[in-house]
Amino acid sequence: MDDALKTKLTILADAAKYDASCASSGAPRRKAEAGGLGSTTGAGICHAYTPDGRCVSLLKILLTNYCLFDCAYCVNRRSSNVRRAKFSVDEVVTLTVEFYKRNYIEGLFLSSGIIRSPDHTMEQLIRVAKALRQRHGFRGYIHLKTIPEASPWLIEQAGLYADRLSINLELPTEASLERLAPEKDGAAIQTAMGQMGERILQAKEERRRFAPAGQSTQVIVGADASTDESLIRTSARLYDHYGLKRIYYSAFSPIPDAASILPSQSPPLQREHRLYQADWLMRYYAFSPDDVAGATESGMLALDVDPKLAWALRHRDRFPVDVNRAEREMLLRVPGLGVRAVDKIVAARRHATLRLDDVARLTSGLKRARPFLIAADYAPVRLTDRLDLRARLAEPPRQLSLF
Amino acid sequence: MRARTIRLRPGADLGGFRAAIRHLAQANVPPEAVTWVEGDAASLFPEEASAAAPALALPRAVAALVSPVVMHRDPERYGLLHRLVWRVLQGERHLAEVASDPLVHRLSLMRKAVGRDLHKMHAFLRFRRAGAGEGGRERFAAWFEPEHHILAEAAPFFAARFPSFDWSILTPDGSAHWDGSSLSFGPPGRREDVPEVDAFEAGWTDYYSSTFNPARTNLAAMRAEMPKKYWHNLPETAAIPGLVREAGRRVGQMIARAPEPPVKRVPARALAAMAAQEPASLAALNAIIRASEPLVPGATQAVLGEGPLGAALAFVGEQPGDQEDLQGRPFVGPAGQLLSRALREAGIDRDRAYLTNAVKHFKFEVRGKRRLHRTPTAGEVAHYRWWLERELAFVAPRVVVALGATAALALSGRPVPITRARGPASFGDRPYRGFITVHPSYLLRLPDEARSEAYAGFLDDLRRAAVSAAVLASEAVPAAAGPVQDREDAC
Repeated sequence: MDDALKTKLTILADAAKYDASCASSGAPRRKAEAGGLGSTTGAGICHAYTPDGRCVSLLKILLTNYCLFDCAYCVNRRSSNVRRAKFSVDEVVTLTVEFYKRNYIEGLFLSSGIIRSPDHTMEQLIRVAKALRQRHGFRGYIHLKTIPEASPWLIEQAGLYADRLSINLELPTEASLERLAPEKDGAAIQTAMGQMGERILQAKEERRRFAPAGQSTQVIVGADASTDESLIRTSARLYDHYGLKRIYYSAFSPIPDAASILPSQSPPLQREHRLYQADWLMRYYAFSPDDVAGATESGMLALDVDPKLAWALRHRDRFPVDVNRAEREMLLRVPGLGVRAVDKIVAARRHATLRLDDVARLTSGLKRARPFLIAADYAPVRLTDRLDLRARLAEPPRQLSLF
Repeated sequence: MRARTIRLRPGADLGGFRAAIRHLAQANVPPEAVTWVEGDAASLFPEEASAAAPALALPRAVAALVSPVVMHRDPERYGLLHRLVWRVLQGERHLAEVASDPLVHRLSLMRKAVGRDLHKMHAFLRFRRAGAGEGGRERFAAWFEPEHHILAEAAPFFAARFPSFDWSILTPDGSAHWDGSSLSFGPPGRREDVPEVDAFEAGWTDYYSSTFNPARTNLAAMRAEMPKKYWHNLPETAAIPGLVREAGRRVGQMIARAPEPPVKRVPARALAAMAAQEPASLAALNAIIRASEPLVPGATQAVLGEGPLGAALAFVGEQPGDQEDLQGRPFVGPAGQLLSRALREAGIDRDRAYLTNAVKHFKFEVRGKRRLHRTPTAGEVAHYRWWLERELAFVAPRVVVALGATAALALSGRPVPITRARGPASFGDRPYRGFITVHPSYLLRLPDEARSEAYAGFLDDLRRAAVSAAVLASEAVPAAAGPVQDREDAC
């Protein structure tokens, strides 16, 4: 690898890292054909972890960080003075193939600043994906960022080569978009998401290959005044309307050469963490957006307790629940019991009566669960009614980061 | 009860364990009476080895514990599994589903540890280029130290992923080799047998460093997923101390730094030009269509629409057929010839009409030497709709005739029953009138006795569409004066 290419890689990886998406999951299982390269396992693989604890699964880079847009939160906005670079299509293909062969990555996550026009930019992204698939028989994972302002037929083509497509909403309200991302158009974003959602669904029904790993998006947390409740309601709508596979919440992070319009501060990591938990509750624990909203305080999730615990503390009359009898749905509402623990409980209690020790073997969250459940040899003695229960269960304020 | 010692091959000896457990079950030997040892001397309890014991019918959940747990490095693994099997055979048939049972819990943790080790091997193994292999193929090699006996289980993943070059994976317990067609296993390797450097390692480490966000530093989360024991075989981890040391300073700088005005001017011209990306002419649109890949692979070329801009009548068919695909022109096959004849008899000049298809590429299946047409799906039609809409916007016909169901679907965006909807139609808020009739290929498929009547009906439709276009043309003459004509009467 020559130095010029290394320099470009350094600039264009740095420019891409504020996109939180790292997943390489959701693609159908594939093997390389004879002479080809790459496979997908379904679940995705993290090949390394950086000191921020985040997974390195895909080669996540921009084709270029030159950009005509001027989104205030973005390190690559045209008014920023960061160093710029541009890969050729072949350079990206070579890096992907050579990194892949060494088992560094699961595939490519390619995005780009907008150069010349949205269509031109989108065409370049598609050319990379097409070359990987056709010239190298590449069966690994490809995630393409879709540019919502590009012509609709380009979106149709991106899905032929990519496993996952994504358009970043970035800001949850139209007003914030207008203020912070003047070139972006909320309506165009939704239209493009709708088009992708429709196409993905249709292809699935017709057993054609079109972005088989679905679409995802990202919302920035803490760059505008949106509340957690409004974020969660936006998410629920996106999951519902466009069949999104995943929504990423990205704590707004200080960037080099920040815009004056935004506060430069440490990223609200704990808030981001709580949003992911709330998102999980909706997707895997049958919580409605109203349930999640009911766990907030003036629209914000508590930082010291997780949203499920917050919900349970507000609905003490629903507890304690009996692990040996309660419906699965109600067990899922018990703080500290995850989906897997609940499934194990439901399977085990068919053949055995569970005592507290048994439950302890099935979950690592017994401390939080205890006040809310009944086992064969255990019932909380009015623990659920204690006024100081929240204080007893709250996490000590912790620094998620080093500083 | 007589005490027994059972010796199994070192590593994960699933076959040996199965054979042993069958004998033990047949002889009704309880776990307390058995000592399991690993060793090379193949002495499988000689007194019983002569007679093969019958296979055991064990619940699936038991088997799902046995095969991974056998790979665990814990010397107690066989004894624990024997206890599980024993209890199941003693009547606890569902034991393996009771995850809260202490024995099942322990075995589940062992299974989880093996699964995690496998996953981490797939994730953290790093190949280095090791010269050329057989027949000039590339060759790669890797050194890895798995925690458990997982090499044989882990290797097929790499064969499925990297079939096109030769590779070897060396571990302290054994090695795996791929030669382009088959996987083989050999004796333990040494770290020194793998090249010390690789041309892409420095670039990879640069990438790793650049993708790290110092403002989110969280070492506990990193270590939880990438424990330190793996680090010495991961080249990129050499960058970690420096990244961590510098992180605080970098973030402090970013926060403290006052925003700077942009060095460059606002690129006003580029910004203005950015918006003008829509194809400005039919030729520009056609160039895009021609350059695009067919949605379903196989077509020779995209078949574009044909006819003058401003044609009063446009006809939209389904998709190119065999002949159209080869010649690159619409409606030149048997159905196209029938359409030409009908147009002539209906008094419509084909050269002055615009002819195109809803789908621009031929979709077919090969039967012997013939390529048989296959109807495009609703999803495929939708895929091409954007182009059809813009194409018609450029041509700006007064009446658009949908020939058949696919065209009607493409134009209206929803399925339309042709027999009922035949005649004037609306395709939504469009600057043209719609008209629906059958596709000429439908006439070709009819039996002879039905065809002439159907053909007459088709001619009649074409005439009505033409009249509608003519009337609209006369209306288009300055509408300042004169009585408003009743449009529906004209049709």
